[in-house]
Amino acid sequence: MSNMGRIRSLAGTVIRADRDQPVSNFEVARVGNERLLGEVIRIDGTEVDIQVYEEIDGVHVGEPVEFTGELLGIDLGPGLLGSVLDGIGRPLLGSFSEDGVSCFLKRGFFSRSLDTKKKWEFTPIRACGDAVLPGDVIGSVIEGEGFRHLILVPPGSGPSRVKEIAPGDRVFSVDDTVCLLENGQEISLCQRWHVRTPRPCEDKLSFSEPLITGQRVLDTLFPVALGGAAVVPGGFGTGKTVTQQSLAKWCNAEVVVYIGCGERGNEMTEVLEEFPHIRDPHTGRPLMDRMVLIANTSNMPVAAREASIYLGMTIAEYFRDMGLDVALMADSTSRWAEALREISGRLGEMPGEEGYPAYLGSRLAQYYERAGRVMALGEPRRKGSITIFNAVSPGGGDFSEPVTQASLRLSGAFWALDKRLAESRHFPSINWKQSYSLYEKALEAYFMENLGKEWRDGVSFLRELLDRETELLSLVQIVGRDALSEQDKWDLEMGEIIRITFLQQNAFDPLDAFNSLERQMQFAGTLKDLHELVREEIKKGVLHQQIQGLGLLRRVLSLRGTSTEEFQERSSAWLDDLTRSLSGLEGS
Amino acid sequence: MVLYREGSRLVNGISGPLVFVSNARKAALGEVVTIETGEGRRTGQVLQVDGNICAIQVFEGTIGLNPGDCTVWFEKDVVKVRLGPSLMGQTLDGRGVPRSGKALPCFEKEAPITGSPLNPAMRASPSEFVETGISSIDLLNTLVKGQKLPIFSGSGLPANEIAAQVVRQAHVPGNPERFLVVFAAIGITEREARFFRDSFEETGALFNGVFIVNLASDSAVERLLAPRTALTIAEYFAFDRGYDVLVVMTDMLHYCEALREVSSAREEAPGRRGFPGYLYSDLASLYERAGCIKGINGSITQLPIVSMPGDDMTHPVVDLSGYITEGQIVLDRGLQARGVYPPINVLSSLSRLMNKGIGEGKTFSGHRQVADQLFASYARSREASRLRLIVGDEGLTETELHYLRFGSVFERVFLNQGDNALSIEESLSAGLKALSVLPDEELFRIPADLVEETGRVRIDEQ
Repeated sequence: MSNMGRIRSLAGTVIRADRDQPVSNFEVARVGNERLLGEVIRIDGTEVDIQVYEEIDGVHVGEPVEFTGELLGIDLGPGLLGSVLDGIGRPLLGSFSEDGVSCFLKRGFFSRSLDTKKKWEFTPIRACGDAVLPGDVIGSVIEGEGFRHLILVPPGSGPSRVKEIAPGDRVFSVDDTVCLLENGQEISLCQRWHVRTPRPCEDKLSFSEPLITGQRVLDTLFPVALGGAAVVPGGFGTGKTVTQQSLAKWCNAEVVVYIGCGERGNEMTEVLEEFPHIRDPHTGRPLMDRMVLIANTSNMPVAAREASIYLGMTIAEYFRDMGLDVALMADSTSRWAEALREISGRLGEMPGEEGYPAYLGSRLAQYYERAGRVMALGEPRRKGSITIFNAVSPGGGDFSEPVTQASLRLSGAFWALDKRLAESRHFPSINWKQSYSLYEKALEAYFMENLGKEWRDGVSFLRELLDRETELLSLVQIVGRDALSEQDKWDLEMGEIIRITFLQQNAFDPLDAFNSLERQMQFAGTLKDLHELVREEIKKGVLHQQIQGLGLLRRVLSLRGTSTEEFQERSSAWLDDLTRSLSGLEGS
Repeated sequence: MVLYREGSRLVNGISGPLVFVSNARKAALGEVVTIETGEGRRTGQVLQVDGNICAIQVFEGTIGLNPGDCTVWFEKDVVKVRLGPSLMGQTLDGRGVPRSGKALPCFEKEAPITGSPLNPAMRASPSEFVETGISSIDLLNTLVKGQKLPIFSGSGLPANEIAAQVVRQAHVPGNPERFLVVFAAIGITEREARFFRDSFEETGALFNGVFIVNLASDSAVERLLAPRTALTIAEYFAFDRGYDVLVVMTDMLHYCEALREVSSAREEAPGRRGFPGYLYSDLASLYERAGCIKGINGSITQLPIVSMPGDDMTHPVVDLSGYITEGQIVLDRGLQARGVYPPINVLSSLSRLMNKGIGEGKTFSGHRQVADQLFASYARSREASRLRLIVGDEGLTETELHYLRFGSVFERVFLNQGDNALSIEESLSAGLKALSVLPDEELFRIPADLVEETGRVRIDEQ
């Protein structure tokens, strides 16, 4: 006999029901005659509050509620990559859900996140009699164009030995048992995990490598470490989504989990239409093959928005446990916090700052702390990581609001998007004065070892010049540009060249959208050489006005459009050219 | 046909637009109720059920309602609107009932006005250029079929005129026979409604449009239904009948104020400026109903008008709209004062879907670059004019003086096009004409041939 109750009250996304038997907190409940999915979020005597993951218009008081005794979980296994799920893990795309996929979302539909009919070829790496521990790899299946999906002993099972294991040349669906342990446990290709529980790992490791985003302003000035967390706050129209999508396209993570959390439906469509046609610059496989997309757009039920980030994190942890580097993007944390606020309001809880519940900070912390670089459980030894990129949409573009502040406290890199820059179409509109990265120290050794001193020189040149430009600009505000010395006038112009050519990056130009670290370093080096060259000439008496006629900006911009192989050659040829024409100026 | 319905005579409170009924043992959220009094009937909707106490918002308002004299009947149905081709040319109230009082001659089906969320995986990206005939929109903030692009306006700025101009001039790709305007007047004045009516009458949009009118004097609760009714009708024409529908909704601020009114009557914890915490989700449930669907011909393009109280772009209604919609057209008081019409501030305006609707085969190749050049140059000219206020003309360099000139030509010639409809080619040449004021080396964003051929030659000719 299942554990039943009845609906007592209805208010927006939260309902109150009574119960006869004990229920546990965060237990999944099926609400009403339509059996809508919900989760118990508060227990009060014989009554419980349930947040419902679907619209509840038309549900009557007195309808039954069934408590399932299970926590909200997700099936993890082959077929996850390339799929599109809603906030509670139901597939939005694909023909395998029971009633098919419709244009408009019907409520009450239920479907597993994985395709249970699809067959996978399993290759074992363990034999009968081998001792296994939780987290150990027992075999693998190949997904898409060569992604090796490891099959692990689920965490939480005890030590045991392999009793039976499937031989190498057979195909299985995700529910078929491929391995039987002596303690009686059956291991299939998929395993279930509760989304609100972090998956265990052996040890957390320190940061030592950068996650390469291919964006010049980020990698060079504000790098993020593998396993770190970056926050991207910005008012509307500052390019949060374009920045997030650029990261999803070009960063060197092996798996990307993209959570569209309370944002526009068309943005999801964009990803779905574009990504399958773009090749991953690092592996050459279609980008969609390394993506899991979680789409809980702004018009979809609010409670599912709250759950979506835990779902995304659980999927990220699953791939991390295979020893992969995972990038997790949530767009946007503010919408998640608003969902939390709405539910808290419906529960009648005492509000904290700006109406957000008092536990906003601790919930966010629980989420951020699931990121990091880890040594995964089990043999063979694997290092994996989850790097977080979270967009924040502060109301009115004001960074002092609680969600931005709480996120800043928990993350290590802050990429501030600036309205003024966006208005003059400076993209990515990352404000180089406000942004910071706390990972620089940890990554210093990596850059030194892999790129050498030249990297550091380039970075400090850019920093100094941008600083100098800021300083000069405030001077110009008082005395005007004409009153500056020739040298200062050039510094100012150089600042502009850096801003326009180096900091700006065209996400829509295939040659410019992604820059390797080497190319970024060469670019910075070229700019540095250019600066020193002109500086010398000005010292010798060349006027700034004469230099203005050379069209330097256009030339540097055209360098940006050369391929990486040619870049170094073209840029040194150009600098040689320039040296000659500059010495010509001097003569005149 | 409902054979049995449940009723209650236990009205134990009235507060603002809400009526509280006890003994509602079977009420459902969103259920329609009829309130019978000695004088007649009113209609309402269940907002919340707590135990056996049920909060009902009354569409006609609660003035003159006497708790002792009411019977509340639960209708076992949510708010629905009748849909059919005969809606064309009709003027309806917020609930979708013809304002003339005569019932629709025939209808095809009924649909709940809340609609269902569109599956994001089944959407098709909006990608077709809509020529509005307004240069600052077409060239710099291009409207795309299936987009939601609001107009942010301060009081006294001509948002209505611009919306009417867009409706009048818009060339939507596809079959012009299958183009339809759905207009939702949300809490606007009789005068404003009349303006739109007259303007649509002139262009014939009235004949094949649908008008949902909730005037400022009508019930605030009904105001919450008006945009939903409009969008449900739009969805019917777009996705059932294959029309390209343009939905003009004015004014979203009034809608949000009505939402605040009901929220405060429910004694909910207020968020920013007293608006409820779910304002974002609520607005999203309206704006997100724009778009295109894979394999279906029709589309819904939204052009909501949002007033900015005190020209404040950080006002929650404006701010949240900006977060949901795909860009914005911002009107500027400074431009208006300088006599520029339409006074569109191109720098704060934005069309997020622009890149999808422009370029070779859609508008012209190099569109993005020309737009970028205009944006960047105008931004610099604004900077130069700010600087000029401090250091005067003497402190400015030659280049900055060029930019100042560009700024004034841009505003006078390019932005100030008046009531005329310009084709995209005409808009482009107006843009290039403004750019020709600048020296060659400043035009580094546009392709060199465009600098030489178009821009220069034109100036030399004159």
